[in-house]
Amino acid sequence: MCVYAHIFQKLHIYGNFVQSTHEIALPIVPGAAMNELGEALLRAGAMITALDADLVEIVVLSLRVSLTAVALAAAIGLPVGAALALGRFPGRGIAVVLLNAMMGLPPVVVGLIVYLMLSRSGPFGVFGLLFTPAAMIVAQCLLVIPIIAALTRQVVEDLWEAYAEQLRSLGVGPARAVPTLLWDGRFTLVTAVLAGFGRAIAEVGAVMIVGGNIDHLTRVMTTAIALETSKGDLVLALALGAVLIALSLIVNGAAQVLRETARARAG
Amino acid sequence: MNRMTIRATPAAGAAILPCALDAVSFEAGGKPLIDRVSARLEAGPRTVVLGPNGAGKTTLLRLCHGLLRPSAGAVRWLGPGAGAAARRQAMVFQTPMMLRRSVAANVAYALAVRGLRGAARRMRVARALDRVGLAGAAARPARALSTSERQRLALARAWATEPEVLFLDEPTANLDPAATRAIETAIEAVARAGVKIVMTTHDLGQARRLADEVLFLHQGRLVERGPADAFFAGPRTAEAAAFLEGALTW
Repeated sequence: MCVYAHIFQKLHIYGNFVQSTHEIALPIVPGAAMNELGEALLRAGAMITALDADLVEIVVLSLRVSLTAVALAAAIGLPVGAALALGRFPGRGIAVVLLNAMMGLPPVVVGLIVYLMLSRSGPFGVFGLLFTPAAMIVAQCLLVIPIIAALTRQVVEDLWEAYAEQLRSLGVGPARAVPTLLWDGRFTLVTAVLAGFGRAIAEVGAVMIVGGNIDHLTRVMTTAIALETSKGDLVLALALGAVLIALSLIVNGAAQVLRETARARAG
Repeated sequence: MNRMTIRATPAAGAAILPCALDAVSFEAGGKPLIDRVSARLEAGPRTVVLGPNGAGKTTLLRLCHGLLRPSAGAVRWLGPGAGAAARRQAMVFQTPMMLRRSVAANVAYALAVRGLRGAARRMRVARALDRVGLAGAAARPARALSTSERQRLALARAWATEPEVLFLDEPTANLDPAATRAIETAIEAVARAGVKIVMTTHDLGQARRLADEVLFLHQGRLVERGPADAFFAGPRTAEAAAFLEGALTW
């Protein structure tokens, strides 16, 4: 705990230092901004170390929404990607291009589509899901599926090239090859799922539209950052930003460690 | 257990042999790799496909095994069990592909594909690994095996499925003499268990040790075939004579 405080104190000092040097050249505005930033950083650090209730609530909801969305997207995207890698059907080339293009779907557009689907007059309006975490999960899931499926398609297609003869010799058809190749590509596919998680946890447009950024209900890290920044309250925004980056590092680091140990054991 | 004395269970089901090659041709990119090869593979004798590099040995094996479709001609299984021909043959590749799992799981996978499970499968896996001397490595990752161990695992995996015909493509390429001997011993054991062996090699010593009959390929054509003794004692064609001579000086 005291380590954080120490770091933020240092940052604060750094802020002051910058301020003093700037005061010579540009006496008023930038100095004030830097001071405010240092101040905000310090208070953000205190907020994190104290496990501020609002902060924790937002972080937990973010993780719940994004992890669920990624789990669902993996359950759909992995087999779809593998099937596309092995399947031979007319229009497959177009399907691959479409899937690759959909990796870059703008979150706001996905949000808008899900909004239309879930709104009262939409086809799924009866479920009353709009402005709930469930709607956010659906939106993020739709964003992540193409990422996982497209990367899986590439990984499995490369594997199939190396495995095809042996598997065919063993009498393995495409339907059976899908789970086999997914399992053999598991260490590489972790990266595909992580890419999906990175996308989900960091996007703001889709959850903003379908979740509505309602306090204590659908407010996640990214929407909170956007809101607090526009309100000029940089403290919570900065604290959330720090947590967001830290989470990203932790999740990727954990996946890396997990993958290396598993790979060492499985060869 | 001494693997020399173990007899494999007799292959279940009706025989798929003999296998007839009717003027089989195969071309890739307009270039004929196999040119009107006609032959008959009968149960019993160990068949070795010989020929210089690029003669089409591997391609011929792939055509027989059904991995490639002939551009012209046909590969026909003539036995009463021909309907199940695909299930009754196996192939050991020059560079065997190992799944990213344990040694035992690699064999178990091949058996699972054939619908075997539970205790029966475990027993067959254990027996197959024992036969090639890999019983002690059952739990190791297959990818961590040495080249020669991989080759033996590939043989165990193929053998475990109890094929009637086993194709082997240069099974001892890149192996040292001791490892080669281990593979050859295992191949002999497979043959004694009643499995038809069809293999390619460029190792003439190995061909002499293992072959009962020889198919000699040259530039995609079947130039000469016959009993191994007669072939090595006095080839009838100039191509085969040149090959044997060249190989001797080499």
